[in-house]
Amino acid sequence: MANNLVEFRNLRTNFYTSGGVVKAVNDVSFAIKEGETLCVVGESGCGKSVTAMSLMRLVSPPGKTEGGQILYNGEDLLTLKERQMRHIRGNEIAMIFQEPMTSLNPVFKIGQQISEPLIIHKGMTKKEAKKRSIELIELVGIPRAAQIFDSYPHELSGGMRQRIMIAIALSCDPKLLIADEPTTALDVTIQAQILDLMRNIKSEFKTAIMLITHDLGVVAEMADHVVVMYAGKVIEEAPVHELFRNPKHPYTQGLLRAKPIINQRQSRLYTIPGQVPNPVSLGNNCYFNDRCEHCMSICVDKQPPLNTYENRHKAACWLYEKGGEA
Amino acid sequence: MTEPLLEVNHLKKYFPIQGGIMQRTVGHVRAVDDITFTLNKGEALGLVGESGCGKSTTGRTILRLLEKTEGTVKFKGTDLHELSRKELRAMRPKMQLVFQDPYSSLNPRINVGTAIGEALVDHGLVSKHEIRDRVKEILSICGLAPYHIDRYPHEFSGGQRQRIGIARALIMNPEFIVADEPVSALDVSIQAQIINLLSDLQEQKNLTYLFISHDLSVVEHLCNRIGVMYLGSMVEMAPREELFARPLHPYTKALLSAIPVPDPTRKSERIVLQGDIPSPANPPSGCKFHTRCPFAKEICKQQVPKYEEMASNHFVACHFAGEF
Repeated sequence: MANNLVEFRNLRTNFYTSGGVVKAVNDVSFAIKEGETLCVVGESGCGKSVTAMSLMRLVSPPGKTEGGQILYNGEDLLTLKERQMRHIRGNEIAMIFQEPMTSLNPVFKIGQQISEPLIIHKGMTKKEAKKRSIELIELVGIPRAAQIFDSYPHELSGGMRQRIMIAIALSCDPKLLIADEPTTALDVTIQAQILDLMRNIKSEFKTAIMLITHDLGVVAEMADHVVVMYAGKVIEEAPVHELFRNPKHPYTQGLLRAKPIINQRQSRLYTIPGQVPNPVSLGNNCYFNDRCEHCMSICVDKQPPLNTYENRHKAACWLYEKGGEA
Repeated sequence: MTEPLLEVNHLKKYFPIQGGIMQRTVGHVRAVDDITFTLNKGEALGLVGESGCGKSTTGRTILRLLEKTEGTVKFKGTDLHELSRKELRAMRPKMQLVFQDPYSSLNPRINVGTAIGEALVDHGLVSKHEIRDRVKEILSICGLAPYHIDRYPHEFSGGQRQRIGIARALIMNPEFIVADEPVSALDVSIQAQIINLLSDLQEQKNLTYLFISHDLSVVEHLCNRIGVMYLGSMVEMAPREELFARPLHPYTKALLSAIPVPDPTRKSERIVLQGDIPSPANPPSGCKFHTRCPFAKEICKQQVPKYEEMASNHFVACHFAGEF
């Protein structure tokens, strides 16, 4: 059994807006094992990106991480000094973002941007860093690496920029790679290339990957373990085969049924009625109750706990609780 | 056979590239490069392709929101690009457009009732006191409530805004709607609601759709015929079942296999295309796809393949269509 690399314990990140306090991450606990791909799925605003940002300690005001622990190698990242954190960020935990267009600095050459972490974290000289950078560019599947080293970001296509982002993230051999919607802005044929590349990285370097996505197709392809989030909470967690075979939470079931699947055309798509609740005015109940077809009286009164069932399957739903009336 | 609602013949749209101090035209981006198809009443045609392949430009040139470079677009027998401004304006209510981004396509300072009713007033189709009733009626058809009429766009979620966008198009009682990526900006659970709404409306009102999307699984749901575009050209067009069962063009095959399927037990044999989409300003010679095609041969580099009917209603442009 692989060890836990990162463990979130009761993490809470709140945003103080003029409309009220938004509990973007509300008592979230899960773990990422060494060498595993963990996918976090959910719709926009469910807190999946903020969870990743909290891990990197990159949440900026009006947001604030106010509770819980994030254990990395037994150490709580939330208590580290900024200097110690800087040693981990980009070195042991690296991140790639959704927008390859805006996450590279347009006024620096590609080479400089890949070399920077190598010089800072690995203490390489400029020359060593250049050699390693060119290797990295080749590793992520871009031809003419030496030429690309001296190019500027605007000279590259979206797919190539995302590859460069991956090269930067991999430069210091991280233990964990966080990928926040890495293929959302890309075309399907390019998405296939990037997902392929990430799978190769995982098998070659045994890097753990935390993949944030809203696309269940991507989840099915990449994940070992899946966490489903809704309105700031983890509502279901399971190994990937278990989740797709036997989804427990009505929201997960709905998501799976609502997605149009190629070659399985139905005359009518299943829809989850209503919409995601306003994050400011959440009460102490199941946040999905007003959209749920199995809603019971207890769902409106009390919040369901995240309990563990068979096959490492966790769900937060009264349907599976003995305490909940049928 | 009835006369088709829309006939597009050898349509081309080139955008000039200007350069040098004199801003002379130094080249052209061939956004739409010789496209031909027809659309019958009540049909839903899907246009798919990757970004920059010219699918949106095709939609806009058909509606004459952009002036064509060459070719003809006939709507119910009249060439839209030959009409005077006044004549075109009279035709406009029959052809409507639904936009991709429900956030930027609504004016934040105009309330929903005015935004939806605006076009009716402009075209003088309904008297003033009837307008509010018409707007309310359309709102409920589109799954919104009549009391939403005095609200402003910021009070709505993305899915609701897209419903407003659809209501704006629908109030003109159109026959033909071009929907440009109407669900791409929405979450999965909301996407399904909008797709169902669009297909209900089509049934009720016998609408004809040109549905532009990069997502084949969405198009499969709504459209009975699908065209695949690559770098400004149509590479394949076929009825839905035919295209999914027997794709003839290697690009269509790659596109179909690239879509992630939400089923972890299925390990599909994926055709991963190498490289990026070439620039439409300087497209490859011969078959435009030959730089990325896993089956490309010598002839593909030199000769442009003809766009031909290979099976009934199944058009494809490939030298070796169906041979692999």
